[in-house]
Amino acid sequence: MSTPRAPRAPRTPRAPRTPQATRANALHAGAWWLWALGLATAASRTTNPLLLGLLVGVAGYVVAARRTDAPWARSYGAFVRLGLVVIAIRLVFAFVLGSPIPGTHTLVTLPEVPLPDWAKGVRIGGRVTTEGMVFALYDGLKLATLLICVGAANALANPSRLLKSLPGALYEVGVAVVVAMTFAPNLVADVQRLRAARRLRGRPDRGFKALLQVGLPVLEGALERSVALAAAMDARGYGRTAQVPPAVRHTTSVLTLGGLLGVCAGTYGLLGDAGGGYGLPLLLAGLAAALAGLWLGGRRSVRSRYRPERWGVRAWLVAGSGIAVAALMIWANDHASAALHPPAVPLTSPVLPLWPAAAVLIGLLPGFVAPRPPDGGSGTRPGSGRSPGRTARLDPPGSLRPLDHPAPVGPPSPLNPLDPLDPGKKESSQ
Amino acid sequence: MIRFEQVSVTYGDASAPAVQGIDLTVPEGELCLLVGPSGVGKSTVLNAVCGLVPHFTGGTLRGRVTVDGRDTRTHKPRELADVVGTVGQDPLSHFVTDTVEDELAYGMESLGLAPDVMRRRVEETLDLLGLADLRDRALATLSGGQMQRVAIGSVLTTHPKVLVLDEPTSALDPAAAEEVLAVLQRLVHDLGTTVLMAEHRLERVVQYADQVILLPSPGAAPMMGDPAEIMAVSPVHPPVVALGRLADWSPLPLSVRDARRKAAPLRSRLEDITPPAADRAAPARPSATPSVVASGLGVRRGRADALHGVNLTLQPGETMALMGRNGAGKSTLLSTLVGMHEPSSGTVRVDGVTPHRTGPRTLLRHVGLVPQEPRDLLYADTVAAECTAADHDAGAPAGSCRDLVTRLLPDVPDSVHPRDLSEGQRLALALAVVLTARPPLLLLDEPTRGLDYAAKARLTEVLRGLAADGHAIVLATHDVELAAELAHRVVILADGEIVADGPTNEVVVSSPSFAPQVAKVLAPLPWLTVPQVAGALERTA
Repeated sequence: MSTPRAPRAPRTPRAPRTPQATRANALHAGAWWLWALGLATAASRTTNPLLLGLLVGVAGYVVAARRTDAPWARSYGAFVRLGLVVIAIRLVFAFVLGSPIPGTHTLVTLPEVPLPDWAKGVRIGGRVTTEGMVFALYDGLKLATLLICVGAANALANPSRLLKSLPGALYEVGVAVVVAMTFAPNLVADVQRLRAARRLRGRPDRGFKALLQVGLPVLEGALERSVALAAAMDARGYGRTAQVPPAVRHTTSVLTLGGLLGVCAGTYGLLGDAGGGYGLPLLLAGLAAALAGLWLGGRRSVRSRYRPERWGVRAWLVAGSGIAVAALMIWANDHASAALHPPAVPLTSPVLPLWPAAAVLIGLLPGFVAPRPPDGGSGTRPGSGRSPGRTARLDPPGSLRPLDHPAPVGPPSPLNPLDPLDPGKKESSQ
Repeated sequence: MIRFEQVSVTYGDASAPAVQGIDLTVPEGELCLLVGPSGVGKSTVLNAVCGLVPHFTGGTLRGRVTVDGRDTRTHKPRELADVVGTVGQDPLSHFVTDTVEDELAYGMESLGLAPDVMRRRVEETLDLLGLADLRDRALATLSGGQMQRVAIGSVLTTHPKVLVLDEPTSALDPAAAEEVLAVLQRLVHDLGTTVLMAEHRLERVVQYADQVILLPSPGAAPMMGDPAEIMAVSPVHPPVVALGRLADWSPLPLSVRDARRKAAPLRSRLEDITPPAADRAAPARPSATPSVVASGLGVRRGRADALHGVNLTLQPGETMALMGRNGAGKSTLLSTLVGMHEPSSGTVRVDGVTPHRTGPRTLLRHVGLVPQEPRDLLYADTVAAECTAADHDAGAPAGSCRDLVTRLLPDVPDSVHPRDLSEGQRLALALAVVLTARPPLLLLDEPTRGLDYAAKARLTEVLRGLAADGHAIVLATHDVELAAELAHRVVILADGEIVADGPTNEVVVSSPSFAPQVAKVLAPLPWLTVPQVAGALERTA
């Protein structure tokens, strides 16, 4: 026998290894939004529940594979729940208010509420058919899928990063939006804290009345916080402007105003019957003027941008996969319309059309090409072990060192001064 | 670097100026500490440096404030942003973006620095403040000390010559406070930054100061000078200074280290005297039902075990201090005792009832909690209305709450809005509201945050009286001096578990982070507070 062979190294998967996400290779937020909007467009083009389910699955897989543990990434669950609520509401309405879909399979017959003449066309109660309910289910599912796609984009891309890509002239508006968005979670936390405090006063902490009574203090708190934030932002240089010659300022105003007027008039022309000829050119000219105004307006702002996200190959792939799904689905609409819209009347079980389904699966691409979040997302989880900051910690002169004497005489203290209070472990889980 | 020339500030329709007669110069590269009782205008002075007074707050500023040669009358705060960095009391209301790295870059983006300069400064600042591994973290997930460091870092990236800080360590546990102070030391020593800082917790900061500015009372002219000289006359001073004044040490020691060098004679004088430990033991009342009985108590919040296997018994008349770092589970334990969290394991009984199964109206008569932010408890728009509501909530005879308020706060008129009270007055009002229902168990979460030494002394008196009346009291606090003054017993929590539980002098003296200054100076003798030492010296003299 030959010498025993060294144990074979565990086989590494041959799949191309995607890099771990860092700030440097982070995917452009716009790419995620294009991908998600592509899926949403595809969802709006079909009522086939199997295809819609597949779309939800694709979005869910990518979110599960690529989201981080950051607070904004947790919103996905909320969007899924919102989608379920939408379906439920759609079904309840179809059940109670009836449905214009004719049908032969009666589920139940509700007592019908007699309505006066002027409410003709509205019906409360009456016959509930399987066809009507199925139609409502398909319809609700479509809406829910749209919502879930938006939720996926929200979970994968930090919304404030997207606003950072705005042109300089719109930056200040963008900051206002970001600040407003961070206020919503703060408001929720305030409401919870104040409702808990009501309990301390011996008042019930549940119910609508409790919510109403904490309303004023919560608003007061929010107002105070925004004033404090405004002061902090002012002291940190928010709103510093560069000196711009008056001529440039006036040109900016003229271009922006004129451009917007052009866009309005052009759109009117396009939509109206009369102005077929001048509509499009006017719209384009207006758009160009408005963009030039924005660009010129950006010169007033002295801001620079810290590490903007770059649009690289991976961003093209992610955005392209979403656009491809949308394009293929629109194309399939022309060629296999029946499979994409299974009829509710007569009642048939929907079949999964092969090629559109394959097209939807293209949307999985980001799950493989987008940079992976850090392992277990631990980089963003609160209380993930030790604070790295401690390694660089200094001991100021006159800190607690002089107390390094042996423990005083007396009963042994249960406290080991070094172990459980090791400052290196300070960042415990909340 | 900072010059005040005959400055006085009058707000809106106030009859008297908030501060006046300020005429002083803070030289470059000094750590200057601004001290004084509550309400003397410390924040006004700080905000005048960064231009928020009067540009943002309104009011009239007479005289002239110049920073690095720039007059704040002609420069708005945003135009001073590259010279002055300001960090307020609450770091959360300072943050504009949502991750650490973006927050550090925000100020530079506003100033329009070149991208490569920004990148280099962010990396430098991450290292300087020890934040490198937190760079991608969302700000909301940071601990208190980390947030304060990020807030300081976010104004440092613009390389300001002056740093203005309002109570940077008040909300932090002792270890996190040291972390922040170490950073400030480094800035002053290595980078020559001028730091102007206001702080109530003098025991933490006074030894680092190069100069102290004292605002002795509202409207009085400030005094500026060497820390030891100012501390000798200051109405607010840390325990180590009080001990030094008592023992007539000169020059007055400001740090534990200096005091220990001078304390040898005092230690030998006190060696044979047993501290009056007897009166610190809780009065034994074996017949009464215990105020708190928790056994194997576990509480889960989200996915984390906030409390784990907590066993605790508290007798009426006993005062217990609950200590431990931020996030150790102190607040969770308190809110479990008032039934806000349902235990995931074990049992808890408070004054004979199970808190999470008892309605708020009944529970009110068994246990009362003053939350970290006393304002959360106050809804009405006048003190009188608040008292009437409290009487109604508690089913107490009309006027009982007002009587309590008069006892705790002799000089508060009925018509004042609770928002206009000082921190100490608001705390007293919230305490009165809670006490109206006469709960035998009283819980206080971080009661001394934002209180000056006088307000703290008043609170100590009130709580001592309540304990003598048979109330059981639990204080969750970072304030080691308060625990030493008040508590019969100290419980230390770490990661949701009790790691130490025993009489105050045993637990606290042996711990480096939780020992009060007097204990550190007189160790290994088990003395905890200045009044204790003073009493003993009087008796032997």
